[in-house]
Amino acid sequence: MDKLGLDPTVVARARRLAERAGAPVVQLARSHTTVSVERAVLRLAGVSGADSDGIPWVNRLVDAVRADVGLGHGVAVPVFDALAREGLDDVTVLAQKAAAGSVRFGVPERSGPAKRAARRATTAGLKRVDRRRIERERLIARLGDAPRRPWIYLIVATGDIYEDIPQAQAAARAGADVIAVIRSTGQSLLDYVPEGATREGFAGTYATQENFRLMRSALDETSRELGRYVRLTNYASGLCMPEMAVMAGLERLDMMLNDSMYGILFRDINPIRTFVDQRFSRQIHARAGIIINTGEDNYLTTADAVEAAHTVTVSQLLNEYFAHEAGLADWQLGLGHAFEINPEVPDSFRMELAHALLARELFPDAPLKWMPPTKHMTGDVFRGNLLDGFFNLAGVLTGQGILLVGMMTEAVVTPWLSDRDIALQNVRYVLGGAGDLHEDFVPAPGGFIRSRAHHVLGEAVELLEKIVDDTLLNAIADGTFGIMKRPADRGKGLDGVAAQEPGYFNPVLPAEDQR
Amino acid sequence: MSVVRPYGDTTGDGMVQVSFTLPLAHDKRAEGAALQLAGNMGLDPAMLVHARPMGEGYTFFVVYGRVTHLVDTGKVQVVERDYPLLGAKEINAVIKRRLRRRLSVVGACIGTDAHTVGIDAILNVKGIAGEKGLEYYRELAVTNMGAQVSVPELVETARAQKADAVLVSQVVTQRDAHLHNTRAMSAAFREALPAGRRPLLIVGGPRFDELMAAELGVDRIFGRGTTPRDVASYLVHALLGDRK
Repeated sequence: MDKLGLDPTVVARARRLAERAGAPVVQLARSHTTVSVERAVLRLAGVSGADSDGIPWVNRLVDAVRADVGLGHGVAVPVFDALAREGLDDVTVLAQKAAAGSVRFGVPERSGPAKRAARRATTAGLKRVDRRRIERERLIARLGDAPRRPWIYLIVATGDIYEDIPQAQAAARAGADVIAVIRSTGQSLLDYVPEGATREGFAGTYATQENFRLMRSALDETSRELGRYVRLTNYASGLCMPEMAVMAGLERLDMMLNDSMYGILFRDINPIRTFVDQRFSRQIHARAGIIINTGEDNYLTTADAVEAAHTVTVSQLLNEYFAHEAGLADWQLGLGHAFEINPEVPDSFRMELAHALLARELFPDAPLKWMPPTKHMTGDVFRGNLLDGFFNLAGVLTGQGILLVGMMTEAVVTPWLSDRDIALQNVRYVLGGAGDLHEDFVPAPGGFIRSRAHHVLGEAVELLEKIVDDTLLNAIADGTFGIMKRPADRGKGLDGVAAQEPGYFNPVLPAEDQR
Repeated sequence: MSVVRPYGDTTGDGMVQVSFTLPLAHDKRAEGAALQLAGNMGLDPAMLVHARPMGEGYTFFVVYGRVTHLVDTGKVQVVERDYPLLGAKEINAVIKRRLRRRLSVVGACIGTDAHTVGIDAILNVKGIAGEKGLEYYRELAVTNMGAQVSVPELVETARAQKADAVLVSQVVTQRDAHLHNTRAMSAAFREALPAGRRPLLIVGGPRFDELMAAELGVDRIFGRGTTPRDVASYLVHALLGDRK
């Protein structure tokens, strides 16, 4: 493909630096656990439902185990040891008794039987995830896949799952290949996953397992009607990232937003909590055949898209390293980037092309996620529609994999039916009119676009060198990404992190991750 | 001129353009319905220039027409700037002379809004529209708490920094969250600090109505297009008076 003439030794160096920057963080993730990782394990073991206050039984059970023996051993052994002692076979019933205070948890001398029982229970959950993956593959083979790349990605966000469903179905009929249900504002900071079908949300709909199931089933119906498999997206982010990944695997969601640093930078979630949760969630995504979408677009909404272009590249390389380490394949890496350069800047479109093509060439086998302008959408909807047209054109010219449809009412209202229709007309016109124009689009050697791409890659390598010297955690603390400063000993969710004790056991993790 | 009409291409022609969706399948009756709505909105005559079916049972319309309503500019109510706009030098000089210490400003996005563009535009050195932010002013001591700050954290920080003024930004908001958040914030400050020791409370964001300051319990609201200099000038005016 080579359209930029990137130096392969520089590219290899960038990857090696990303690995060196990320490796200590992986070590950190491998030596800690979190309340959410342990709750995710219990969800796979079949614990479901919530108490009368809506607090899930997984939360009550993890809290009870933690109060008795701490988190450092993992909850699996104490829970399955207690299950046998109590003579129960349903872990949810154990959670209910534990919540009432009638069960004591301990770490037995002989942990073999509890480990075997835990592994049996979680393997049943993982088998369900595996079956869902096969089901997806069969549906795609039988019904057909999206008719072209990029996939057209549309958002619904009413707050009411029963309103979302017809909107999502209408969007799919209008041409969307991927439906994303935006979560309610603030859900990322809840340290539990709400239960059941929900009809109230703020600027989005709560992610619950039942909402996942309802939407997937509705889109299956629409997929059959349209003769193509319509993908469903939600968010594995925030304090419940591992649980979201498990729920997505169990309900056959197809893509999940899952960035390695988004929660740290933009939600002020503790860095260690995020890295531990992120690694586990990616291991689940890898197994479930889910495509992750990373969040580099967000850096450009807070920092300047020209000055900070290389921070996107750096984050993409880190996301790629963390993803590979957790077992994700290249086809599962929806690495993010965005069209956020100030349109008043001369040559802004050429620079957008340079940045987008750089991502394309650096990650040739990843389905890149191309995000529309938001920062420079002014409320002038006419100008916004034009900007979105250029965004679509850049996406076609640079072979992006997933195109999030831009709305000219960005920053004005949540999209109206007519906004979505106009935005889709824009996409269809550009995709149809430009056709295979990317074949003819080869930037001139020594020209502006190539030079700009080389320059950004050079800056990315320099920054990675600094990060390796300084350590990634310090770089995050110093505000290297997206301007926000996030020290490792601060942020939300830190109290839910525990160092693994010798003998830590997690039945879901592969053998090499057990201590 | 105190009475005006919209302007299309001729003074006084009163021409406007509107677009809307009706929950009707596209047919002649739907087009008639769109014209009826336009008529009720004061468009006479109304021209239906575009109708497009969307999905099942919805049609999008674009209507041009002459609006029969008038605007009396004498009766328009807005918050006019009621303080002089000063330069950075003057602002620093006034603070130095009258306060004899740095003026402490604490800023934050409260609630679940993660969009710091507003508060950063006002506070960060980088600023906005070619104007440097408040951090650039030598005599201002700025604490920018960033996004998703809780009200108790904000009150605590304001107390610790002995804030003379608290700036709160609300950019993305749904179901009046910006109004609820602002009321909760002003109530918390009223509860935590006696009247004489309360910092000046300022909120900003594109969804606020600048006339609602009293109702929300804050001293000032800044809407879209506000620059750091506007805010700095207001701080000097409100906290130190205009006497030089």
